[in-house]
Amino acid sequence: MVLSAADKSNVKACWGKIGSHAGDYGTEALERTFCCFPTTKTYFHHFDLSHGSAQVKAHGQKVADALTQAVAHINDLPNALSALSDLHAYKLRVDPVNFKLLSHCLLVTLACHHPAEFTPAVHASLDKFFSAVSTVLTSKYR
Amino acid sequence: MDAGQVEKAQSLELLTGTDSLCPSVLFSPLRLLVVYPWTQRFFQSFGDLSSADAIMGNSKVKAHGKKVLNSFSDGLKNIDDLKGAFAKLSELHCDKLHVDPENFRLLGNVLVCVLAHHFGHEFNPQVQAAFQKVVAGVASALAHRYH
Repeated sequence: MVLSAADKSNVKACWGKIGSHAGDYGTEALERTFCCFPTTKTYFHHFDLSHGSAQVKAHGQKVADALTQAVAHINDLPNALSALSDLHAYKLRVDPVNFKLLSHCLLVTLACHHPAEFTPAVHASLDKFFSAVSTVLTSKYR
Repeated sequence: MDAGQVEKAQSLELLTGTDSLCPSVLFSPLRLLVVYPWTQRFFQSFGDLSSADAIMGNSKVKAHGKKVLNSFSDGLKNIDDLKGAFAKLSELHCDKLHVDPENFRLLGNVLVCVLAHHFGHEFNPQVQAAFQKVVAGVASALAHRYH
């Protein structure tokens, strides 16, 4: 799947609107993922996963920062995410199916908070973008 | 995953509660064709699907979308036996329509996104979790008679 010029433009515009809320949305998306897909909690057995957890908040911010970086370097995701790709392949080894679950919850979070921006075309572009990021993060798994 | 009483109550309330819900939810199948364009393969005779605007304005797709959502709603009335409720539709989708069950999962997730879009903050993680169980149950029921 290739990100078209329109996709890149949609993603940049939408992410720009999010601004300083990115960390909050990252946290909410994680919370939704743990709530809706309990198997994902197996990767965070060492975390306090209760609502408002400082650990989840910090991790949500990390996820958001990585996505902000990805948006800024949307023309070269493999390079921009190379270190994270190594981390996921050799250390974290999160099963690839989980990236789809988090991506879906990121979409749901954005739909909730930015209904005006979440048109069908932007929904499609965001889904493609998260899919592209997930592909890069799992690209070195084997 | 089994959808229990809480999920039934919440999902039915969301789907049948207010008049304002229907237009948004009815757009889910159309949004499916925009977000996952390969799903258009089942609708080649439906006319212009060349752009997001064309799809969202296509009356044939809209009519079909209404059919799909009405079936979904009807099926939810038998939430304790989704496999039974969707048995005939499952056979139809396998034997006559030849639809890959993955498409039911894709539609389920688009429906969840549309509900989030419509309800905003009210669609909190717990409500989403209830709905994820329901759409997973429906997708599973629709795939159950495949052979």
